[in-house]
Amino acid sequence: MDLTEGTIEEKNIRAKKMMLWFGILSLIMSFAGWTSAFIVSSKREDWLRDFQLPNAFIISTVVILISSITFILAKRALKNNNRQLTTIWLLVTLALGVVFIVNQFTGFQQIIDLGYNFTGPTSNVTMSYVYLIAMVHILHVVVGIICLLVVIYNHFKQKYNPSKMLGFELAATFWHFIDVLWIYLFFFLYFIR
Amino acid sequence: MSTHADTHAHDDDHGHHHKETFVTKYIFSQDHKMIAKQYLITGTIMGVIGVIMSLMFRMQIAWPEEPNVIFEALLGKWAPDGVMDADIYLALVTIHGTIMVFFVLTAGLSGTFSNLLIPLQIGARDMASGFLNMVSYWLFFLSSVIMVISLFVEAGPAAAGWTIYPPLSALPMAQGGSGMGMTLWLVSMAIFIASSLLGSLNYIVTVINLRTKGMSMTRLPLTIWAFFITAVIGVISFPVLLSAALLLIMDRSFGTSFFLSDIFIQGEVLHYQGGSPVLFEHLFWFLGHPEVYIVILPAMGLVSEIMASNSRKPIFGYRAMIASILAIAFLSTIVWGHHMFISGMNPFLGSVFTFTTLLIAIPSAVKAFNWITTIWKGNLQLNPAMLFSIGFVSTFITGGLTGIILGDSALDINVHDTYFVIAHFHLVMGISALYGMFAGIYHWYPKMFGRMLNKNLGYLHFWVTAVCAYGVFFPMHFIGMAGLPRRYYTNSNFPLFDDLANVNVIITIFALVGGVFQLVYLYNFFSSMFFGKKTVQNPWKSTTLEWTAPVKHIHGNWEGEIPHVYRWSYDYSKPGYEEDFVPQNVPLREGEEELQH
Repeated sequence: MDLTEGTIEEKNIRAKKMMLWFGILSLIMSFAGWTSAFIVSSKREDWLRDFQLPNAFIISTVVILISSITFILAKRALKNNNRQLTTIWLLVTLALGVVFIVNQFTGFQQIIDLGYNFTGPTSNVTMSYVYLIAMVHILHVVVGIICLLVVIYNHFKQKYNPSKMLGFELAATFWHFIDVLWIYLFFFLYFIR
Repeated sequence: MSTHADTHAHDDDHGHHHKETFVTKYIFSQDHKMIAKQYLITGTIMGVIGVIMSLMFRMQIAWPEEPNVIFEALLGKWAPDGVMDADIYLALVTIHGTIMVFFVLTAGLSGTFSNLLIPLQIGARDMASGFLNMVSYWLFFLSSVIMVISLFVEAGPAAAGWTIYPPLSALPMAQGGSGMGMTLWLVSMAIFIASSLLGSLNYIVTVINLRTKGMSMTRLPLTIWAFFITAVIGVISFPVLLSAALLLIMDRSFGTSFFLSDIFIQGEVLHYQGGSPVLFEHLFWFLGHPEVYIVILPAMGLVSEIMASNSRKPIFGYRAMIASILAIAFLSTIVWGHHMFISGMNPFLGSVFTFTTLLIAIPSAVKAFNWITTIWKGNLQLNPAMLFSIGFVSTFITGGLTGIILGDSALDINVHDTYFVIAHFHLVMGISALYGMFAGIYHWYPKMFGRMLNKNLGYLHFWVTAVCAYGVFFPMHFIGMAGLPRRYYTNSNFPLFDDLANVNVIITIFALVGGVFQLVYLYNFFSSMFFGKKTVQNPWKSTTLEWTAPVKHIHGNWEGEIPHVYRWSYDYSKPGYEEDFVPQNVPLREGEEELQH
């Protein structure tokens, strides 16, 4: 494919999409930093080897997976010019995103109830890692929700149509990224001891 | 012939002219040319601060604990009776390193020339996102301001070294600069990383997507290749520093023990346990080593371009140059361990890092030989830009050779943390990248400001800088091998080093002379903006696209259509042409073949 061809508008749309992908690459690298630090630290003497991830984390994994599917459904509805259905699926996605975050905090509470602390003199490093990684992921979900709110606002303003939906697509890509990222993190935290 | 207007384009939009106010044109500008100048001016100011700091601590090393009116004037309470305080000495070393590496040679160099040259040389109206480009600059400006503010914190600025190893950086009570100074350092650097990422994302997608018709990847000037790969390394490595910084902030402020183990401060036992500062070193150097290539690769690109243009010869080994940039970029991410040979690294792992490190010598040598063969038997135009480029190759080789010694885990033990290391990295990345930056400024000043720099002042600047740079860093090899450790406030307590005291005085004199003569450059730079000779459109008779754009800066870079490209960027002295250069937008003649490269 010759990337020098095409109109300026086509080039710009391609550039914006690619910019998001390279941005995702850099986010992946920061999580690679934390998870490899996690692996290195797992050789420590005070490492917890027998802890269980809280049930809330399992629920939130399912929730975020479903939210990705609803986002895909919203996109499909928009492509078919079914505006009402798009609205419904977008709002469902938003609700699931909020449920995910609430669930994560429930998970933190469940860990604390087991007697572990994330920070401070009584903290345990394993739990500090779990807390830090999940917390940074939540920050990304918050960013995703802000993008989603912008998309919903623009959708109500009727700014998208099947041939012009760049912002919608970018938000969808980012949302799928934070979904896949959490699934990776969940299995990472589940299996790596 | 030289400025062949191209009339084949049809589907590009025309250069658009908006009504601009002072604020949108000079302050919150989204135009890549203005943003480049903003980066350059901010980088220059930071550079002046960094150099003044280095001159101050050099004076302390040469004449330890002697009163000095300059200290009294500049350091205030940190120099009681004119004698420099030991705490501020460490802070000066720390901030000098931080400013020079990140603010001058990363943002100042990449920010300036990537912004200026990427759209102009690939034939684009502007960056992919002018808005993000503007945000990138202003985040850089903000981080610079915060870094400068940190110099005025009551307990002193960060003093843990530019590598901010814990525990000095992780315990707010460890030393004066570990408190507010360190906090501001971390905030400043976090903002800097965000700025750098936004800039890099823009550079990458612009190079990939916005090239004009005919500008295939193998017709790109080597400058663009260098900026492109630099940006990719930045996107991959800077986030890891952010990861490390966040873990550090957790240790500092939330009482976790990622990097801290059992520590006593003034007899008091702290609660930390089990952490390891070596983990921080791994995370830091995973950025830190690619960072030195983020600094040097853009300089390499600028030098390649300037050398070909001023030798009136095609660059030698164009594809080999690209391949070596790619090889260096790849290797740069798997060598970080060579900074930690004596941090208790497993000797076997050390030998692996030695192997990968020494491999870098191969692409580096390919580049050095290609530069030499480019100027070989060329029609050399020895203007200041060319002299600085030749100077770059010289210091790159000198500094690179000592890299082979330091990269060997066995040899490194003897010279680790001595002045030998200082000499090595200042020559190979500090002075070299600075030369590349100066070369770029002398060469592209007409493009930036529409006027020429004074040539004679340029010669004066080059020769004094070249002599002084070697005068400063060459003797450091010897005092390093004699065992003099870096970062020491004074060596007068060690009779072992008495013989080296005179060498340190010589080094400092060279540093002071070299430092003062930078004023010649600064005068030239700022006065030529207003009084320099007006430039013609293509003052160096170069082939690349930026010289086909009008001297006066306009939004969208070209009036009318963007030129199309028909040949590679190094058609100098091509047989069959009257002039000794053929710009890229000149179509091939009938029967003419594009040079095999």
